[in-house]
Amino acid sequence: MSVAIVLVSHSAAVAQGLAELAGQMAPDVMLVPAGGLPGGGLGSSFDDVAAALRKAAEASDAVVVLADLGSSVLTVESALEVDEELAASVVHAPGPFVEGAVAAAVAAHGGADADGVAAAVRDAGLTFAAAAGAPSSSDTTSRPDDGAAADGEDVVTTTATLRNPLGLHARPAALVSRKVAELGASVQVDGVDASSVLQLMALGATQGRELTITVRGPGAASAARTLAEMIGSGFGEA
Amino acid sequence: MTLDADWAERWIRRTADTVAGRRDELTELDRQIGDGDHGENLVRGFRAVVAKLDARDGQDGATEAAGPRLVGDVLKLTATTLMSTVGGASGPLYGTAFLRAAKVTGRESIDTRAVVAMLESALEGITVRGKATPGEKTMVDAWTPAVDAAAQAASEGGDEAAVLRAAAAAAAAGATATIPLVATKGRASYLGERSAGHEDPGARSTALLLGAAVEALAERSA
Repeated sequence: MSVAIVLVSHSAAVAQGLAELAGQMAPDVMLVPAGGLPGGGLGSSFDDVAAALRKAAEASDAVVVLADLGSSVLTVESALEVDEELAASVVHAPGPFVEGAVAAAVAAHGGADADGVAAAVRDAGLTFAAAAGAPSSSDTTSRPDDGAAADGEDVVTTTATLRNPLGLHARPAALVSRKVAELGASVQVDGVDASSVLQLMALGATQGRELTITVRGPGAASAARTLAEMIGSGFGEA
Repeated sequence: MTLDADWAERWIRRTADTVAGRRDELTELDRQIGDGDHGENLVRGFRAVVAKLDARDGQDGATEAAGPRLVGDVLKLTATTLMSTVGGASGPLYGTAFLRAAKVTGRESIDTRAVVAMLESALEGITVRGKATPGEKTMVDAWTPAVDAAAQAASEGGDEAAVLRAAAAAAAAGATATIPLVATKGRASYLGERSAGHEDPGARSTALLLGAAVEALAERSA
């Protein structure tokens, strides 16, 4: 299952810049930017958007498309209405454009299916609510940290200190998040869902901070060790 | 008068002529409450449709293409071409309107019931895409009374021409009625109260489009 991501913006520069940004955090994911008018200038080109969607669909099992302002969304919806075959393999994911694309790319890199990638886009919006002090989905879904695990479930807690100068910025956060997806484990880092690159970045963890890693489920001990080593290594930046 | 593919083609060609002739008026309306490109966008879009119709007709003549020509074929070609060439929000909106209209007119000629269904489907497409409701100072304020008037005329036993005339007249009145409205949807809504006192350009172009459908009745096919 491979999911490609199409980024449709009113601006060519925004679409291309976002593909570059998300691509740095998820190098194996196909990201197709479509923005602006053919002759330059702001706007949406139906032909360019339709071509980007077709290109992505041909190269992958499913496509998740994000659109930003104004006619971008209308153009995406129209392209899908005109081509029903294309529409069958494309999911339009509403959410914040930049944060959603980053979260989507990392989720796709971790092997999520189209619904999972679309959910990452949706959840990206919730990180704003969390930052503003409103209840977020992680508040309602996170389990208590009192060690009251289900019968037979492994829970391992360890710590690791951030060594790299810039701390848990975008690239290392994506590395941790992708590793969590690869391990298939349920992991919290300092109380946030470590599968979410956005939540990791929102920790604002800087050099020298000791992070608490809590892993649940089978293989928790080795997963915790792997993550602690990764963080402790400084991500090649220390 | 039969509403067949020839009529549909005359309708589209007539619309292209009309928006070209009224370009400055549409542009001026859009300059007052939008970004001033509505006239230019529609002229470019319908000109492109006419070019495709010309190319296709040339081909038909040369090859004696088999099979009947359907009303929906003309509308579908119009839909996809407008989407590609109009740009902005009106490309997807008019494109979707014609696409939905094409889906219920896949026949050689359309009767009064099909005319009403065509207009209803067009409005539905615009509503689905644009999420606007009546009273928000958008093209929906011309399409909605047009559909209501068409259904009314059909239920009173009017023929195809009467149904189209009723729709066009109601669209024109609906467009005029947008003048005092404060926009709450689309780009004009950025202006808030200042949008009042100007006619909505999308509602005006809708009135021109449906007016052209009536004018196409009277023309003889070439």
